[in-house]
Amino acid sequence: MIEVENVHKSFGALEVLKGVTVTVEKGEVLSVIGGSGSGKSTLLTCINGLETIQKGRILVDGTEVHAKTTDLNKLRRHLGIVFQQFNAFPHLTVMENVTLAPRKVLGMGKTEARDIAVQQLENVGLGDKLDVYPGRLSGGQQQRMAIARALAMSPDYMLLDEVTSALDPQLVGEVLDTLKMLADKGMTMIVVTHEMKFARQVSDRVAYFHKGILAEIGPPEQIFDAPQNAETKTFLSSVG
Amino acid sequence: MFDYTFQWRQALRYVPDLMDGALVTLQIAVLSMLIGGAIGIVLAVGRTAQSPWARWPATAWVELARNTPALFQIYMAHFGLGSFGIYISPYAALLGGIAFNNAGYLAETFRGALRAIPETQTRAARSLGMPPIQAFRLIVVPQMFRIAFLPTTNQMVWAILMTSLGVTVGLSTDLTGVTQDINARTFRTFELFALAAVFYYVIAKVVMLGARLLAWRLFRY
Repeated sequence: MIEVENVHKSFGALEVLKGVTVTVEKGEVLSVIGGSGSGKSTLLTCINGLETIQKGRILVDGTEVHAKTTDLNKLRRHLGIVFQQFNAFPHLTVMENVTLAPRKVLGMGKTEARDIAVQQLENVGLGDKLDVYPGRLSGGQQQRMAIARALAMSPDYMLLDEVTSALDPQLVGEVLDTLKMLADKGMTMIVVTHEMKFARQVSDRVAYFHKGILAEIGPPEQIFDAPQNAETKTFLSSVG
Repeated sequence: MFDYTFQWRQALRYVPDLMDGALVTLQIAVLSMLIGGAIGIVLAVGRTAQSPWARWPATAWVELARNTPALFQIYMAHFGLGSFGIYISPYAALLGGIAFNNAGYLAETFRGALRAIPETQTRAARSLGMPPIQAFRLIVVPQMFRIAFLPTTNQMVWAILMTSLGVTVGLSTDLTGVTQDINARTFRTFELFALAAVFYYVIAKVVMLGARLLAWRLFRY
């Protein structure tokens, strides 16, 4: 379970999160929608401790992320994150990208790491690209590799930060299909996205962020068909 | 117009001596690159450090090394320190001077390479549970190495050519020193220095070619 309690986050004078509270249960898929600058991506980087927070607290399975005593490196093994910009390691092959962390962080043997990587890469449809360098892959393939790389650590949670936003339109579908497959397998996910159709299909709940505040949260039917909040209505009509 | 008879044959007799000199030249260049490279990494990190106590000396070194003549740097090591009664042999002064120079230039090369690697690479590595040093070693350093590789090769060639300055502090065992020595005995100045120039040229070319091959082997991405 991920518990976000009254979290405030500022970059200098700019307050990006203004007291956000939300809980994500095990097995749940939460989609986070909202305009750019609404703080939704920042929320993800706060959850895995890449960013500090000024107030409030975040608990992952009871461990307080920003407590001084928390071993973030250990905690992050349970939190897979995939970024908008793929962040493939260009100097490593697809296989090496995926096996690196299991081997160096988890101390897994070569064969075991390789088996897991092959399985994860086959699941995302990259079984024939094992020894290719990321530079030779399309954006969609790089992003699927990044998903496999995060999954190879067997995380309990997946945080997905606008993973299709940097992709050409015709490549979005293949990545969304991968995410649907994950949702079907019961992976707990927080998905920051601009893909409304996708959010409606896979989410248990949808959260609408507006200017650093969680303006509205509820099942997709409520958010998309009968939004209660005026801002939510305006936003949804603007994105069609 | 010219009253000079070329005597190549006489000069060619000294090829084995020039070979010995070339080996010393190469040795000084390689050592100066190893020392300069190691210091260069420290300076590059120092220049980006928060603490002024790390930043200031590193910046001073880089500024001095890059904006004063290499000849002065070598001269200072031998004669400059000699004024205070500190004796540095011509070989050590040349090696130290070039290493000092290399460190300054390589520091900037490494710093540039470090800055060229997006911060998101480190964030991605940290997100996978890697501690900072592991992320730096496994993700940043290999990419930095590639970006810095060709400029570092250029510096190596420059280091080889700089060794010729050793003659000014009385070094007589490197390629230029040997050439100058024979010249003093035979006065076949044009032939000898032309021959030595060919040596420098070939060494520089071989180093460049070797670096290209190595880069092709190392950087497959």
